[in-house]
Amino acid sequence: MERFIKNILGTVLLLISLTSQAQSEVEMADGMRAEGKIYVVVAIILIVLGGLVAYLALLDRKVKKLENLLTNKKPQTK
Amino acid sequence: MKIWLKILAVFLLFYVHIGGMLFDVPRLNILNETIRALYFHVPMWFGMVLLFLLSVYYSIRYLREPRTEFDYKAVEYANVGLIFGILGMLTGMLWANYAWGSPWHGDPKQNGAAIALLVYLAYFVLRGSVENQEQKGRLSAVYNIFAFAAMVPLIFILPRMTSSMHPGSGGNPGFNMYDLDSKMRLVFYPAIIGWFLIGVWIVSLRVKVKSLEEKILEIENGKIY
Repeated sequence: MERFIKNILGTVLLLISLTSQAQSEVEMADGMRAEGKIYVVVAIILIVLGGLVAYLALLDRKVKKLENLLTNKKPQTK
Repeated sequence: MKIWLKILAVFLLFYVHIGGMLFDVPRLNILNETIRALYFHVPMWFGMVLLFLLSVYYSIRYLREPRTEFDYKAVEYANVGLIFGILGMLTGMLWANYAWGSPWHGDPKQNGAAIALLVYLAYFVLRGSVENQEQKGRLSAVYNIFAFAAMVPLIFILPRMTSSMHPGSGGNPGFNMYDLDSKMRLVFYPAIIGWFLIGVWIVSLRVKVKSLEEKILEIENGKIY
């Protein structure tokens, strides 16, 4: 009987200590970081960013080409 | 725009996206991991203000010396600035939904920013409603100065005079609550510079396209007459 009470008391105290610890720590996505899955997210974001930047650079080149085309054409029309 | 500025912008943004997701951030209640949104939401507004500032600069130059080049620059800086503002508003609403409980909280800074965006939208309405090119340039340049002068108190002054949930408002100095260790600045400031430079890049493209359009019209007119 005494042992049973000790076990119960031990479990209750353990639970109290666990919950109080959880309350003092602010919940963050530590699990995601520990598992390394955050790197998947970073990689995906970087692909989107890189793609958009590359697209912008291509657009830049296209406009430059158009500019060259027009400045070359101008003497012919005038 | 100089090529090294473009490369710098891309480099900074890659750094910001890696550092923004992986570096340590202060552990705060309610905000939790969403504090990282600061790296992506706030640079939109800072970028917008900087782009609008350049827009006003070219508007003033246009009023002093009416060259179409200045007019185009003023318009395009305002245009891209508005896009940044809309993105800032959308990201802010998403963030507010989780941090404050609803996307529109009637927060003074949020309301002020919305009014400022509407004031700038009216700038484009005004431009679209005037036919004469010279009049359009002059009227919109004057209005642009007013719009900037209206935006500054709406975003920076009025929210500080009442209580606002935005940090840096209600008399609080900005960012005090966030970067206790000022580690966040290491990502936050590059984010502002990077996004602002990307904005300038897009502006330069839009200005080029606009002047190309003008050239084509000139050539066509030359053919007809």
